[in-house]
Order: sequence, then C-alpha cells, then structure tokens
Amino acid sequence: MPNVNFQGRDIISIEDFTQQEINYILDTSRSMEPIAKNGSDMLKRKILATLFFEPSTRTRLSFEAAMLKLGGNNIGFAEAEIASVKKGENLADTIRTVQNYADIIALRHPLEGAAKLAAEFSNVPIINAGTGAEEHPTQALIDLYTIRKEKGKIDGLKIAVIGDLRYGRTVHSLAYALAKYNVELTLISPETLKMRREVLNIIQTKIPVAEEPNLEKIIPQTDVLYVTRIQKERFPDAAEYAKVKGTYRIDLKTLKNAKKDLTILHPLPRIDEIVPEVDATPQARYFQQAWNGTVVRMALLALVLGATK
Amino acid sequence: MSDKELRVSKIKDGTVIDHISGGYALDVVKILGITGREKRVMTIAINVPSKRFKAKDIVKIEGRALNSQEVNRIALVAPHATINIICDYKVVEKLEVKLPKVIEGIVRCVNPACVSNSDEPVSSKFYVKSDEPLVLKCHYCGYILEKADVLQQL
Ligand SMILES: [Zn+2]
Repeated sequence: MPNVNFQGRDIISIEDFTQQEINYILDTSRSMEPIAKNGSDMLKRKILATLFFEPSTRTRLSFEAAMLKLGGNNIGFAEAEIASVKKGENLADTIRTVQNYADIIALRHPLEGAAKLAAEFSNVPIINAGTGAEEHPTQALIDLYTIRKEKGKIDGLKIAVIGDLRYGRTVHSLAYALAKYNVELTLISPETLKMRREVLNIIQTKIPVAEEPNLEKIIPQTDVLYVTRIQKERFPDAAEYAKVKGTYRIDLKTLKNAKKDLTILHPLPRIDEIVPEVDATPQARYFQQAWNGTVVRMALLALVLGATK
Repeated sequence: MSDKELRVSKIKDGTVIDHISGGYALDVVKILGITGREKRVMTIAINVPSKRFKAKDIVKIEGRALNSQEVNRIALVAPHATINIICDYKVVEKLEVKLPKVIEGIVRCVNPACVSNSDEPVSSKFYVKSDEPLVLKCHYCGYILEKADVLQQL
C-alpha cells in the first residue's frame, strides 16, 4: 500500500496533492463503484455539513448523495436560506459554529481563498466544493477519474481545454491536476478569457502547454476535449461576446475530423457550447461525469473521515 | 558622477538610503510620505552608476529617522537598499533592508474577490516568490502581485 494518509486532511487545492495521492483517490473511487450501487454503512452516524454560500444544486446534491450512499447524514444550507449570513456574519464565525454540528464540511463560496480561510478556523476537515473563480478540486478529480475510466490512462494523452479559461474555476484545478501527469495540453480561448497568468506560470514548468485560438486546427490530434461554459456576463462588451460565441460551439461539423475515440467532457451545466446533436455521439461522455462525481466524492468522504484506508 | 561629488550634499543628522534599485527613489520618498515641502534638506540622486547594480538611486534626508514599518515597505520596492543613520556627519548605524519570506498586512491583495479583502478576522498574507523583480503570491487566493501592483498602494 502506498504511503498516503487522508484522514483528517482538508481538500482545498489540487496543488496540495502529489500524483501518487491523486492516483490513490482515483483507485479508491473505483472501489466505490459497487458501493454506490448497493449502499453501505461505512459513514454511519457521521454528519456532513454542506455550506453553500452560492447556488450549485448539482454539486450539493452530489455531495449529499455520496454521504447518504455511505450511510451518513447531511445538514447544511443553500444560498437562499442563509439567514445568519444575511445578518452579516463572517465565514470564520460560521465555520466556528458549524464545526460543532458536523464531522466534515463541504464549502462553496463566492470568494477566492474562502476554503483556505475556513480550514484555518475549523477543527473538522474542509472540502472545497468550489470557491471564487479559483478552484474546484473535487471537480478536477472527477475529470481525471473520467479520463482514466474512458482512456484507461492519463499519461501520454493530448488534451485540449476550450472556453472560459480565465473565470472558469474548474479549468484551473484541472490544469493543475493534469500538470502532475505526462500530458500535452492545448488551451483554446478568446483573448479576453485566456488562462490566468498564475496558473499558466505553474503548469508551463511541468508539461508542454500551447495556447491556440483555432479549435479546428488541433481537433484531429486531440484525445480529450474538455469544454467549459463561456458566460456572457464575463465579457467587457456584447460585440466581443458575439464575436467568440460561434467559434466555441461544438457541433457535428466541428467533430468531422476528430478521432473516433475522442472523449468530450464538460463539467455541466452547459449553455450552448455543445449542440445537443453531439450528445448522441459515442464521443460525448459528459453525462457519465455525474455518476463519476458521486463515486469520487464518496471516496473523498470515506478517506478523509478514516472509514477506508 | 562619483561619490566625491555627491559629498556636496552630506547631511549632518538624518538618514541616507543607498542602493535603491535605479528609478525607484521617488517611490521610496512617497513611502516615507515626504512631499518636499517639509523644509528639510534632502537630496535625491537617480540612476547613479553603481558597481553592485547597473544603476542605483540614493535618498538623503536631513533630520528624519525611519520606523520598521517604513523599512519593510521600502524593501518591497528596493529590496537591496541599505539604510545609514547619520549623526553629526558620521554613519552611526547601517541597516540592510531585507524582504522577509512572508509579508503580512502591509499590502492588500489586488484580487477584489479575494477572501482577505472581505470582512474576515485575518490580515493579508503573501509569499515572496522573488524580490527582484518583485513577485508576491497571495496565501489565500494565489493571485500574483508584481511591483506595479504594490506601487499603486503606497
Ligand atoms: Zn488574494
């Protein structure tokens, strides 16, 4: 057994984990597949608090389902009901209160660094369920798990990431995660939404990274195409948005020259980046990610709470 | 210009800040809150040829001492500066400015969405990744601050 120990650890940033540790999480996730179907009482009498300071129904349901499948319980709030927060309570105080009710906390927060701050005040483990535009480590683990499940490996793949690479929090965590493997990464985005400098600086020292505005040019070589949402409100003006909107729409025509075994992923929800006609192609694997999300989160909960080694 | 010529402006009591990175003397003066209307004798030399650096700046201020907060701020824009305390035309103390590995509370994170800028009971915290050129990394959000970001706040 590798020398890894997750019990009591915070899951804040994918950067905090070695490749060996990530592989261990992915292996544990695979072992959760049958448990996700049949249920278990591994986390009986354990309580997960889901503190969602901004809405993300999918992520919250995924965490809660993961906890229930392991026999545990959930408490928590979603954005609409945050009475104490509306009264102006800060995050540090909320955490110092909630840690008395729960064994582990999953935190979603609009501010960057919120999970790190929460962990400094909490005496129970914090799982970052998405903070600011910065990081979403559990989504990155799900992406890696999906890639490995689909391709049987991560090393050696040519991976293209397309869309909003500046504000899209999932791509930052994914980029950090991929940089721990031996992959070639191509980044495709409009000029205004290019990958953030601090992320680029780190990943470029580890793996070959190319910035390429033209998807058509690289699609024939690509093994995994990771598509993210481009949100209109991120653009400085409407004309700029209109200009890039069509360029980053994946339809059957886009895929004409793609590999037969290309894997298309999307963290969902999508808007119109992937046209529905693509859903029926064998390359579309984004709906499988939701299932994978549950098993990966089950693995994290079980590991951090020491129910599995 | 040689050191000999600079002696023209020798001060009696005060502070000489030497080895300021070339071109940053005016920022150092700004950090000290000096406007030039204080009726103090002051000399500012900019881009003086230097052995240690290609060019350095020097600031001499009559009748002014520095506190540690000011020294830390100077370290951000002039990490290799030396500070000489002058008493009766003689150097009585020599201080090396040194940028610590971690900087807490002196500068704000420029990321408006950073949790350290909100109403939380923490102060800002940065890791010094490089002192020349200055690269600071926010402990909380990971944002990179450069010299220009810091200068804007001084
Ligand atoms: Zn910050």
